[in-house]
Amino acid sequence: MLISPIPDTKVLPQGGDLVRRHWLSTRLWHWINAVTMLILLMSGLMIFNAHPRLYWGQFGANPDYAWLEIGSAGGQGFLRLGSHSIVTTGILGQWTDGLGHPQTRAFPSWATIPSGYNLSLSRHWHLSFAWVFATGLAAYGLRSFLNGHLRRDLLPQPAELRPSHIWQDIRDHAALNFPKGIAALRYNVLQKAAYLGVLGLLLPTMVLSGMTMSPGLDAALPWLLDLFGGRQSARSIHFIAAGLLVLFVIVHLLMVLLAGPFNEIRSMITGWFRLPEEKR
Amino acid sequence: MSSLISRRSLLTGLALVTPALLVGYGSVGTSPTFRDLMLSSGEFLSYRTHRLIASGSLAREFDAAEISPDFRMNGNVQPRSMDYQRHQSEGFANWKLDVGGLVETPREYSLADLRARPARSQITRHDCVEGWSAIGKWTGIPLRAILDDVRLRADARYIVLKCADDFSGTPYYESIDLVDAYHPQTILAYGMNDGVLAVGHGAPLRLRVERQLGYKQAKFVMGIEAVASLAPIAGGRGGFWEDAASYDWYAGI
Repeated sequence: MLISPIPDTKVLPQGGDLVRRHWLSTRLWHWINAVTMLILLMSGLMIFNAHPRLYWGQFGANPDYAWLEIGSAGGQGFLRLGSHSIVTTGILGQWTDGLGHPQTRAFPSWATIPSGYNLSLSRHWHLSFAWVFATGLAAYGLRSFLNGHLRRDLLPQPAELRPSHIWQDIRDHAALNFPKGIAALRYNVLQKAAYLGVLGLLLPTMVLSGMTMSPGLDAALPWLLDLFGGRQSARSIHFIAAGLLVLFVIVHLLMVLLAGPFNEIRSMITGWFRLPEEKR
Repeated sequence: MSSLISRRSLLTGLALVTPALLVGYGSVGTSPTFRDLMLSSGEFLSYRTHRLIASGSLAREFDAAEISPDFRMNGNVQPRSMDYQRHQSEGFANWKLDVGGLVETPREYSLADLRARPARSQITRHDCVEGWSAIGKWTGIPLRAILDDVRLRADARYIVLKCADDFSGTPYYESIDLVDAYHPQTILAYGMNDGVLAVGHGAPLRLRVERQLGYKQAKFVMGIEAVASLAPIAGGRGGFWEDAASYDWYAGI
């Protein structure tokens, strides 16, 4: 976020004013990611469909114990987590495609790229856009470090880490009490935690665990696979981290809706944000 | 207010939204032009990067205790060819590996010839393109030893492996570049997990090219051919799955 109030004045902006809010690098990366991550998620679900079982350790195949499995048995879809199984007919494992034909793939056609079963094509989508995603993350991380975005906007101030402050922030969120006036220009501590967790932990985990799916890179960078505890563990972690990212996006979209979608989306496209009016 | 949405931001918005619309258009991925230009970039970038940063790197080798208790058999597990089945019934006693193409001295090897040569054993992880992995011990002759015997001609660029199995009458084959062909862990295996290689795993001879996915590990290898280009062979993409369903030729990813 950069605060540049009305030119040639020294007056701080207040409620109702239009201000510059997001860096160009943030806006560009945001929208490239929005498209790229959707492609990666949907093509990734198709790749998962080729072998809808997850394992821990170095190896894992059909004869081995899977901690997660999506499948169909007796005309019903199921999701099994350890020894617990739930019926998912219609959504996972057993569903009906657009032509009314019953299908027994794990994820349904509306959730995958391409919609019909095609492992090689989903790999082409996934492994090409993975390059866009990884280079974008590296470029954005570097840019945010160099232009001060990371230090100024994302890292919490010491005062923000006081339990009383964090508790107040949680209460404000629970009451849907969003900051007004110039305070709306700064991320609050929960926002900072969410963005830092995604930016610093979840997104790098996606890229690095994704890289370990490559036998060529495993030979080149064996320490990377050790970091995740083996290839099948890495595949499980890749899947779990993707699930957490989906959760983040759901919460993120919900917060945009609650905070005022027009103003928020405009600020992410043009950079301009109208400060919410203070209560009079 | 209206001046807020400037022409620049409108264009920016369009530039950002257009790819999303294209993605929504379901057939875009199957358009040959789009696939060749855009979707093969991942394979191209990965192949070049891997060759640039680590052409000599070795695949992880494991301890005997880490071997999968049950190594899943995959692909064809029993070739239908009469010729193959005759060799199978004779215990491959009269089977010969045919080595030719762009080489100085083409020749044949019996299974006994291959077993008489210095062997390499390695316990490695097999990664299927579908996502599963199995660890097994492979014993065989380094492909490099055979290539040193027959001496490649200067115009040879790829090694093609011709197999006895087929899918609906289309023969299986695979190919690798010379970096992988001369790699110390690239072997023609006749043994697995300290026993004889089973038919279901590719007897009498299968390729192990340890830095690539399972479909490159050609089973039931009958012949080896050095070539300058993959284009004239079968579908021209360098392998059965590459031809049949556009799987990546470079399967190091």
